[in-house]
Amino acid sequence: MILRDVAKLLEGEVLYPDADLDREVPCAFASDLISDILMCTKEPTLLLTGLTNNQVIRLSDMIDLTGIVFVRGKKPLPEVIKMAEERGLPIISTKFTLYRSSGLLFNAGLRSCKI
Amino acid sequence: MAEYWYIAEGFEERIKDFQSRKTEAEVNLDFEIPEKDFNAAGKGSSELKDLLKRLGVNSEILRRIAVASYEAEINVAAHSKGGVMYSAVYDDLIHIRFQDDGPGIEDIDQAMVPGFSTADDLVRELGFGAGLGLPNIKKNSDAMHIVSAKGSPTLLELFIYIS
Repeated sequence: MILRDVAKLLEGEVLYPDADLDREVPCAFASDLISDILMCTKEPTLLLTGLTNNQVIRLSDMIDLTGIVFVRGKKPLPEVIKMAEERGLPIISTKFTLYRSSGLLFNAGLRSCKI
Repeated sequence: MAEYWYIAEGFEERIKDFQSRKTEAEVNLDFEIPEKDFNAAGKGSSELKDLLKRLGVNSEILRRIAVASYEAEINVAAHSKGGVMYSAVYDDLIHIRFQDDGPGIEDIDQAMVPGFSTADDLVRELGFGAGLGLPNIKKNSDAMHIVSAKGSPTLLELFIYIS
């Protein structure tokens, strides 16, 4: 699955133009707790979260995130979107909940990341 | 002052050797960590990771250093009156010291229990406060040392071997 497929399945809005949606997404993890995300991400991972603050983008400096999906229609502030763009980190907003988004991706064959 | 040591199995001799060694670090990198400044928090760990990446540190070790360092940096920003992160890069290990201005950890053993947290609402709203900070530092480090007491500054040191 590539990020473009993720955006399509989740009817998502890509939050800045020219984001690299051809990236391969090997697995995903969903959480609203930063320590959980840090503890469980050991390989390139798509993150689904309801957190939209700048520390979520900062996380991608520490661990290998292939992209971030913000759920429940949330969108980060423009300066946070800019942080993601500067890092070349694709970010997508979906109106679906965390549970539904995860379910849709899982059913489409996207596996859970190894923890 | 209470003291806590964790040394991963097999690293006892190397930590002892490090403490008696006189050599200077090859590179030092220091960062101020202001109280509750979640715009700045994490920048120190991010820059340390960039530096180590340029020095050719293996990517799995890099991830462990970045995660442990970031958790510790967030701890200082979230729980203390501010502090400093001192990173020292040696040819065989990374040694990072986090020294803050208090108010200290009342019970270190309790703080090490996964899920225990004293984080306030502001910190929790940002997605922190899961009570996994110290356990996550321990999990990613080869050794970890804490010196603290209620009403006192806290020192947290972590050691990760790169070769």
